[in-house]
Amino acid sequence: MPAGGPFRILVCIKQVPKAQELQVDPKTQTLKRVGVPSEINPPDANALEFALRIKDRMPAEIIVLSMGPTSFDESLERSIGMGADRAVLLTDRILGGSDTVPTAHALSETIKKIGGYDLILCGEETTDASTGHVGPGIAGHLDIPQITYISEIDIVDGKVHARRTAEDGSEWWEAAMPCLVTVNFGCNKPRAPTLSGKIRVKRGGVIVHWSCADVGIDPNKVGLKNSPTIVAKVDTVHLPPRARKLFHGEPPEAVAGLLKALVEDGVIRP
Amino acid sequence: MAERFDAIVVGAGPAGSAAALALAREKFSVLLVERGRAVGAKNMFGGRVYAWPLFELLPEWEKDCPIERFVTKESLVFLSGEASLSIQFDRPRASTDRASSFTALRPRFDEWLAKKAEAAGAMLITGIKVDDLLMEGGRARGVVAGPDKIPADLVVIAEGAMGPLARKAGLLPDMKPESVAVGVKETVELPAATIQERFNIGEKEGAAVVYAGDASMGLRGGGFLYTNKASLSLGLVVSSEDLARKKVEVQAVMERFRLHPSVQRLIKGGKVSEYSAHLVPELGLGMKARYVGDGVLLAGDAAGFLINNGYTFRGVDLAIASGIAAARAAVDARARGDYSAAGLASYARHLRALNVLTDLETFRATGGYLKNERLFALYPKLLLGITEKVYTVDGSGKERISEIVLDEMKGKAPLLKMLKDLLDGARSM
Repeated sequence: MPAGGPFRILVCIKQVPKAQELQVDPKTQTLKRVGVPSEINPPDANALEFALRIKDRMPAEIIVLSMGPTSFDESLERSIGMGADRAVLLTDRILGGSDTVPTAHALSETIKKIGGYDLILCGEETTDASTGHVGPGIAGHLDIPQITYISEIDIVDGKVHARRTAEDGSEWWEAAMPCLVTVNFGCNKPRAPTLSGKIRVKRGGVIVHWSCADVGIDPNKVGLKNSPTIVAKVDTVHLPPRARKLFHGEPPEAVAGLLKALVEDGVIRP
Repeated sequence: MAERFDAIVVGAGPAGSAAALALAREKFSVLLVERGRAVGAKNMFGGRVYAWPLFELLPEWEKDCPIERFVTKESLVFLSGEASLSIQFDRPRASTDRASSFTALRPRFDEWLAKKAEAAGAMLITGIKVDDLLMEGGRARGVVAGPDKIPADLVVIAEGAMGPLARKAGLLPDMKPESVAVGVKETVELPAATIQERFNIGEKEGAAVVYAGDASMGLRGGGFLYTNKASLSLGLVVSSEDLARKKVEVQAVMERFRLHPSVQRLIKGGKVSEYSAHLVPELGLGMKARYVGDGVLLAGDAAGFLINNGYTFRGVDLAIASGIAAARAAVDARARGDYSAAGLASYARHLRALNVLTDLETFRATGGYLKNERLFALYPKLLLGITEKVYTVDGSGKERISEIVLDEMKGKAPLLKMLKDLLDGARSM
């Protein structure tokens, strides 16, 4: 743990379209993003909640970090409203089209500039891309330990204790700090913003915007052309049309007809 | 850093935003807290604003106020069975004056007014519910919201008809069925040209229609219809006491109202894009709200500042005026350094100067008068019955009007009772 300074937690968040409000354009079969309300990527909100719970128990400073357009301020403001101390938005046109490789690079550079961190919390993945690459990528660039898919966390004697969800159960891990953990979706209930938190947002000065130049990010390492991911094809699952068979007659008769048809189609066994 | 404000206003409806705006202009540090996710999200009204208090608050209001249409046509329609009888008054608008009124959509109107308060320096926070008044030594000294206690010299409660804070603070008596009515409204989308044609109005002109009689299935209450730019606001205000007593569901009353031929004709082909319901304070001054407390003032619906005299429904104008009066009272209290009920006592005087209390007093008796069920069931029926006979020529022999009237009235109610109702009505209006 770096000497001096307060215990510093960085929480990486992304703003995503609200999943429940998403609609697929029936003509183009693509997601309609225009006019869809946004939210903090739900697993990131779980990560922030863990940071806030640590701060409830001990003195700590929470800095929320995101990369994206200035519209992401909405989620950063919400984070401050929930209790984070301040926020940094890395925002620059040249970052447009970055996949998870340049994103992890750019965020790790930004984290180096912020410095003084003890713990970095990320969501396990985003609901709009679901790769789960960025958290581990940041830990790799920073060359610090990481624990992925955690559902419980505590700071004990200057070390991180976390429960990691494994395929057939869970594991308890301990790691020295600084360390990065990625948090399982839905493992806690993120708190609502408070009045005093929202007042802090209104008072201003809690969110800063940094460009790549501010951080010293090499433009040749970010953006679409430095992103190796290729989306080869997007397929939409078309449901087969319903058979629309009607079984007429008195109920016992109609039910018998339905059962017979289901047996014939192999849906149920006689 | 501990936060503190000179004044905290609870609720960013017309009363709250007007109070916050007027307070901010007087150099109070003001926090305006709204429970809805956005301003206007939880609000509802019939659809019409009487403009007069806006001249007091924002002399330039007409420049950017989200006006749908200026009301130039007023109608009162009695419904009975399939028939209807209308009284119509046209007042072409030459220019905007204090007698103007306009139709509006609450989310847009409320947002506009809240933005004005913000521009004047008030801090607007949405999506936060104030849970309690911060009480110290028996007086309000701020608000409690979740884990936060925010102190202030004055709290203006403009939280609307439900009045939970005001009730907790003992400023409002418990809610009873007779103290509130239920308002329901649907927004029916129609092209502007269709609206203009159906209502015989110009591009910027609008119509306001009040329905009586069968609109409410004989329950105490009435219907309304306002023309917006490209939609109609159609709704009902019905006594919640009657709904409960007669075991009628308000949506059934609404359905019947909208299917009446004279209403159907106007909304035909329209698409219902919104359906909403809200409580409406019914008793006015009869609600016996204490609108001044130690460190606290009530404004708007929370204080029962609403007038329904049978032919006009007024809420938004009284709300705005009461917000202005609240700010004036706060200025007086600040000058005396006393925000107790005694220090804020000039609120009543300022409400009177803006004719809020005066109008409420004038129509105080109307509230009682409008409790008379004969007004909503028997009389519209009589009126329609008489009218139908007067206009019927079928060769079966024609009576004189006076005979028709007496004939229709026979056996329906004692003549004396009807005469008394007539006199009471004349007196209370």
